Amino acid sequence: MNKKQKEALLDPLFNNNPISLQVLGICSALAVTTKLETSVVMSMAVIGVTAFSNLSVSLIRNLIPPSIRIIVQLTIIASLVIVTDQILKAYLFDVSKQLSVFVGLIITNCIVMGRAEAFAMQNTPGDSFLDGIGNGVGYSLVLIFVGFFRELLGSGKVYGITVLSPVTEGGWYTPNGLLVLAPGAFFLIAVFIWINRAWKPDQIEAVE
Amino acid sequence: MLEHYLSLATKAIFVENMALAFFLGMCSFLAVSKKVDTAVGLGAAVTFVLAVTVPLNNLLYNLLLREGALSWISADFATLDLSFLTFLTLIGTIAASVQVVEMALDKYAPALYSALGVFLPLIAVNCAILGASLFMVERDYNFAESAVFGIGNGIGWALAVIALAAIREKMRYSDVPPQLRGLGITFIVTGLMAIGFMAFAGIQL
Repeated sequence: MNKKQKEALLDPLFNNNPISLQVLGICSALAVTTKLETSVVMSMAVIGVTAFSNLSVSLIRNLIPPSIRIIVQLTIIASLVIVTDQILKAYLFDVSKQLSVFVGLIITNCIVMGRAEAFAMQNTPGDSFLDGIGNGVGYSLVLIFVGFFRELLGSGKVYGITVLSPVTEGGWYTPNGLLVLAPGAFFLIAVFIWINRAWKPDQIEAVE
Repeated sequence: MLEHYLSLATKAIFVENMALAFFLGMCSFLAVSKKVDTAVGLGAAVTFVLAVTVPLNNLLYNLLLREGALSWISADFATLDLSFLTFLTLIGTIAASVQVVEMALDKYAPALYSALGVFLPLIAVNCAILGASLFMVERDYNFAESAVFGIGNGIGWALAVIALAAIREKMRYSDVPPQLRGLGITFIVTGLMAIGFMAFAGIQL
């Protein structure tokens, strides 16, 4: 594996994270993270779709006329998402019901489209595939971080197993309802960005 | 009858606000909320596209895609279920409508067209647009309901993005910790706005 491939795979994890730095794909990151299980399934789906859409776009990149490239990319992505949706419905029906419209929304997830446009249109299929996996994993990191804390503090569970026994079941922990609701997700992502940028100070934004 | 639509609209605008309760359209929500002017332009464009695409997708879904929808052509097609093509059709309609809207505005309202600028084509990949159509399919709205739902969602989204832009313009004068500057603090502000919008929960007309 040469240097460029390594960068394509590892850079999106912390140095160029799709969510905390590129501001891509935030919509679904927030909505599916009330539980760890849905976060993990969503991550898998996005990694798969990003990797394969990058691969397919890169394979035909020299054949796509520039004027209709957006439509071509959208068609490829939409077809991959349909396949993912059918697989989820067949094997993980409960989770697919909980994810509801957000599986379909992978189509407009800017990570998939953004990487196809920014990376796969210029690079070889192999590199693009790795870039897709890297960005998918970078997205998953944030998703799993947020999902873990929302489920742990919001309902006292991790992956459906009770860790902090809540008062409603005779335990001691009072669940923090705010974290299950929408605002909790916003705050947790802000905390993730804060930690990431305290660790990598070169990502700090300039004063406007 | 009117109450039903009024309550649907209130729900779409305030209680189930696209941006603050369902996190839809977040990418452009965060990216273009630096100035109030651009936020107003984008909000208007999103409202317009939502008002066109949601009812249109509703017709397409009910007349072509859902199980038994094709029976108006001939009885042989009554068992056909094309709903696996839903995603592809919805996104196709949206991309096409955005293109048509763009061309129509260019010809008949050039002032508005140049004011919206680059945001118009970008709307095609705004998840609030596709999200509204997907919710319409999932909740089984009829044609009139989907029109109200589309317009209401657009207004709600526009309201949220304009409010955030106004807050961010004021925030230029505050002392934010360097690591939180820009994106981080915007998330916190959005979270606080979401708490504010939660006060609308339970409103029924």
